[in-house]
Amino acid sequence: MENTKEIEPILKIEELRKSFGENHVLNGFNMELHEGENLVIMGKSGSGKSVMIKCLVGLMMHDSGIIEIMGKDITKLTQKELNNLRTKIGFLFQGSALYDSMTVRENLEFPLRKQNKTFKETKTLVSDALESVGLSDAIDLMPAELSGGMKRRVALARALILQPKIIIYDEPTTGLDPITAKEIIHLMEDIQQKYGTSSLIITHDIDCARVISDRMILLIDGVNYAQGTFKEISSSTDKKIQEFFK
Amino acid sequence: MTRLLQISNKIKTFFVEIGELSFFAGRFFREASSRPFEFKELLRQCYNVGNRSLLLVAVTGFILGLVFTLQSRPTLMEFGAVSWMPSMVSISIVREIGPVMIALICAGRVSSGIGAELGSMRVTEQIDAMEVSGTNPFKYLVVTRIMATTLMLPLLIIFGDAIALYGSAIVENLKGNVSFQLYFNQVFDALEFSDIIPATIKSFFFGFAIGLVGTFKGYNCENGTVGVGEASNSAVVYTSMLLFIIDFIAVFISDIFYGT
Repeated sequence: MENTKEIEPILKIEELRKSFGENHVLNGFNMELHEGENLVIMGKSGSGKSVMIKCLVGLMMHDSGIIEIMGKDITKLTQKELNNLRTKIGFLFQGSALYDSMTVRENLEFPLRKQNKTFKETKTLVSDALESVGLSDAIDLMPAELSGGMKRRVALARALILQPKIIIYDEPTTGLDPITAKEIIHLMEDIQQKYGTSSLIITHDIDCARVISDRMILLIDGVNYAQGTFKEISSSTDKKIQEFFK
Repeated sequence: MTRLLQISNKIKTFFVEIGELSFFAGRFFREASSRPFEFKELLRQCYNVGNRSLLLVAVTGFILGLVFTLQSRPTLMEFGAVSWMPSMVSISIVREIGPVMIALICAGRVSSGIGAELGSMRVTEQIDAMEVSGTNPFKYLVVTRIMATTLMLPLLIIFGDAIALYGSAIVENLKGNVSFQLYFNQVFDALEFSDIIPATIKSFFFGFAIGLVGTFKGYNCENGTVGVGEASNSAVVYTSMLLFIIDFIAVFISDIFYGT
């Protein structure tokens, strides 16, 4: 990944700090994501991975540090500008977060409501997104009628619907059986190749990290403890790092 | 000493919550008065709040009128004042019992429902998902629900009052051989604008309180599924309390304008 360092990052975090009272979750976390790159962030439960991505999309306010997305410091944006920027980021939530009261079609149409799309354009975008996750037949089903893997696919289709430049995956394979998890990982690869998106993947899943990562960061005690390719990190002799790969 | 500390903490929490509720209400007015408006969702919520409460309100209203008349009859007979029954029942129901009882019923059905729905959306990250897709979830979820309860509750109360009077008329017809026409003639003779207008105005506030507390509890829900139960439960408790406070203020104010 040497050549990516010369290109301006699409997403940059510098010295990110976040505390909850006396609990210092992030203690100066740094990160850069480049165009077309798959960056995996691994860390134990409670290591601050989810807090970091919530700060990244403005769902949580960080205490200090800089977050720049496509060259824009998110703390200096108005709510309207932040909402516009959010449309360029797809987010796959750990529990899929599909809207229970809406059908699959309505779930996918929801982010398009304020995008001034015609009925025909909306219909095409919805069917394209569903087709790319292999769930065209599920268009009129309710989320309660879908399996865990199908929900994750629909959530991925919803994250793709605005054709984002960055996709953030929060534990994309958690709670899925190994076969479905593999399917989701391959789907993530396909999407990255088809749309050329940059992906930030938060995971515990070693297999997921091995297959999908161009580069990975190990988040321990709120800082980037180690970074490099999967091979570099997994072959480290450091005790704390080895704990992850046991 | 520890007990005293606990009490002072509870009082502090109560006032903090009142403050947060006030900010939440302020945000509602700000968001409700700015574009874009979510008309489609507002209509859907009006249907949910109004149409789906009709049966419950009808049954409650009917039994209310029936029981109220049955219980009052012996006392009025004792004083030879049974002919005053339609006037007494209509004024009591339209001014006070109807709005308060129906608002309480709706607090149980609507406010707790909103609290549980938004609470589960919060803990399953559905609200976060709306936010990261560039949508304003407050406008879509909160503003529409508060407006729906504010608009629908007065209609439900008018409907419930009518059914309660019908229930009362049935008792009078069966027990006192009073025809429906005579009963309702006396009802409309007894009722004045000063009975109807304050009751209608306060029912808008009841509706606002039901929507506000339900959405506040649900939108700010924490602690997973336990929090959803708490949100739903406390939405009913706080709304019921708020309804009585609003009722007291409304009666006090209407007494200034219409009192003798």
